[in-house]
Amino acid sequence: MENGMIFLGLPVAYYIAMIAKVLVVFVCVLLTVAYATWAERKLIGHMQVRIGPKRVGPFGLLQPIADGLKLFFKEEIVPAQASTFAFLLAPLIALIPAFIAFAVIPFGGTIEVGGYKLPLQIAGYIADQPSGKVIDLNVGVLYILALASLGVYGIVLAGWSSNSKYSLLGGLRASAQIVSYELAAGLAIVSVFLMSGSLSLQQIVADQAGGVANWYFIRQPFAFVAFIVYFICSLAEINRTPFDLPEAETELVSGFGTEYSSMKYAMFFMAEYANMITVCAVTVTLFLGGWHEPIPQVVSIGGWEFYLSWANFVIKVYFLIFVCMWIRATYPRYRYDQLMALGWKFFLPLTLLCVVGTGAVVYFFPNGFWGALFS
Amino acid sequence: MASKEVMTLNMGPQHPSTHGVLRLVVELDGEVIQKITPHIGYLHRGIEKLSEHRTYHQTLPLTDRMDYLAPMSNNLGYVLTVEKLLALEVPERAQTIRVILTELTRIMSHLVWLACHALDIGAMTVFLYCFREREALMDIYEMVSGARMTTNYFRVGGLSQDVPEGFEAAVRKFIDEFPANMDTYEGLLTNNTIWRQRTVGNGVISAEDAIDMGITGPALRGSGVDWDLRRDNPYSGYEKYSFKVPVGENCDTFDRYQVRLVEMREAAKIVRQALDSLKPGPVLADAPQVCYPPKEAVYNTIEGLIHHFKIASEGFAVPEGEVYQSIENPKGELGYYIVSDGTAKPYRMRVRPPSFVNLQAIEKMAKGSMLADLVAVIGTLDIVLGEIDR
Repeated sequence: MENGMIFLGLPVAYYIAMIAKVLVVFVCVLLTVAYATWAERKLIGHMQVRIGPKRVGPFGLLQPIADGLKLFFKEEIVPAQASTFAFLLAPLIALIPAFIAFAVIPFGGTIEVGGYKLPLQIAGYIADQPSGKVIDLNVGVLYILALASLGVYGIVLAGWSSNSKYSLLGGLRASAQIVSYELAAGLAIVSVFLMSGSLSLQQIVADQAGGVANWYFIRQPFAFVAFIVYFICSLAEINRTPFDLPEAETELVSGFGTEYSSMKYAMFFMAEYANMITVCAVTVTLFLGGWHEPIPQVVSIGGWEFYLSWANFVIKVYFLIFVCMWIRATYPRYRYDQLMALGWKFFLPLTLLCVVGTGAVVYFFPNGFWGALFS
Repeated sequence: MASKEVMTLNMGPQHPSTHGVLRLVVELDGEVIQKITPHIGYLHRGIEKLSEHRTYHQTLPLTDRMDYLAPMSNNLGYVLTVEKLLALEVPERAQTIRVILTELTRIMSHLVWLACHALDIGAMTVFLYCFREREALMDIYEMVSGARMTTNYFRVGGLSQDVPEGFEAAVRKFIDEFPANMDTYEGLLTNNTIWRQRTVGNGVISAEDAIDMGITGPALRGSGVDWDLRRDNPYSGYEKYSFKVPVGENCDTFDRYQVRLVEMREAAKIVRQALDSLKPGPVLADAPQVCYPPKEAVYNTIEGLIHHFKIASEGFAVPEGEVYQSIENPKGELGYYIVSDGTAKPYRMRVRPPSFVNLQAIEKMAKGSMLADLVAVIGTLDIVLGEIDR
């Protein structure tokens, strides 16, 4: 395909590969969203000495589909006096950023299809085919941060437009939560920039190649703290327990989602899980070595690298999703002023310290921290 | 400056954490509570009035529908009051079994409190663990009375029948396993940072205020008042058992939480002592005017049948007088005040429900705190609307 057709300055193969990747990723994320709901119910069920869904299909495997169908056929209700346009727009604003954030995440290495090399990352391509150098969005992390904060507008808008007091309180909490956590999350990522020297996610992943010791979360102590803080902040960002304040059921009935029914509710629901997947994928990419295997080159794996790279990624992401669910089964809920205090008074100084600390370690130990420490 | 408007939020009666059908009208400034007005009566069934048209035995099944989480305690309070009016001596064995069952009821009621309190604060797992634990107690209930909630097992003068075979083993099994299970539940909460942040310093009410408002039970002891009717005004032979009455110091939700946890463990100890002292014997007083004859007599002799029929159809006359008897219900002081005009039906029955009195502390405890704290306060008060509204 070296001399394939050129369309708008790019080979046609580029377009085909792009569409294929978008479809595959979209379908995979959608399926994961559906089955994350099943897995969560099953997992938490077993943690709570019950069995979870089991009626619909074997092991309740068709439960997500049944739920989806049920919600699809439910009546659409728009409350009187609600701001209809904003009310309908809010679920979309919540859902779409969760999906499009996946565009920049490298979920595998480079594969070759019919002699055409392509990277397993939607927003990435290989212009110079012989060398195989991947070009991707060079501000990938900023793009993710931007989209992550966009999703909360959906929640705030939903809370405001519903014309319901519980929803309004939920929306207020969501906005309070996002301002207190975004900063700490952003600063935690700065530690990663300092180690990678790049904002491109391809670069960040490439820098973590060569086994678990090279993964950022363990490369130096400050990075580990940054990893923990980032993960906790992500939980707050996606409104998961213990930070599920905007929809705190026992306080605000269902928070911002109180007035939503039918598919609009389903969209919020999907957005929550899609956000969880995205956030876990970002954490894996930034701190846990992306698609790299934990122990490199133990066995020669002729021809299996392709499977290995994305399988690594998927396993890590699923593990983090499991941790999210585990946390939900374990912890009570924060109060929203306590959460703000935690964000501003504890995590923010801590991440600032991490930035300084990581910078210092990078500067003084250019050849690795642990090596210098134990030599 | 923008004008400062207060938002009025109608919380309940359909709300996940109003424990039944409580309605609170809350005035909020942001999320800070300015005023709380509880509205009750959604579960009013007129139990006090109904009792005026029923014989003393017919009122008994109404009482376990008041605090449906502690049915045996309600039954006990009622039968003790009627027995006091009749000056009836209850056999030793019946008293001991009553103590065993009401202490198990205390554990059961506190388990539901812990479950709901934890769920309100967001710890969902504890909720299901506690309900699993409660299931074992329900089985014991079912074993003795045939019902899981509306037990109606005690009778004026004793018990409806002796406990079945296997009762002692089932209870022993439960109290043997219970402390270890409690450790698990406590492990999920007591030292959890979030749990502490949510409960320490929340819902503070001073001992003076608590006494002024007539608050009783764990809510009073959490404020540091050492008052427990089982010890200070014993009934049903509680003076024979040794148990600790836990008392809090900081008057907050966390202290009340700890008080109740200790109470559950102490209740298990009382059950053990009572089981050890359980001796065979009759379970109904020897008072043919009041108590039903044994079933063999009813089925096999005409006198027994007539005797049964007379009591079932007419009830029994109770001497004229007024009497008040209170017991330490899991939620506080449960008192029955009965006025008898000498007939087989009470002239007037008035119940002093602990939840009703405790509920009035809600504004004092939650004013100035956040909406999320209100939910914790509702949980810590451990109210049951069936008892508040009656």
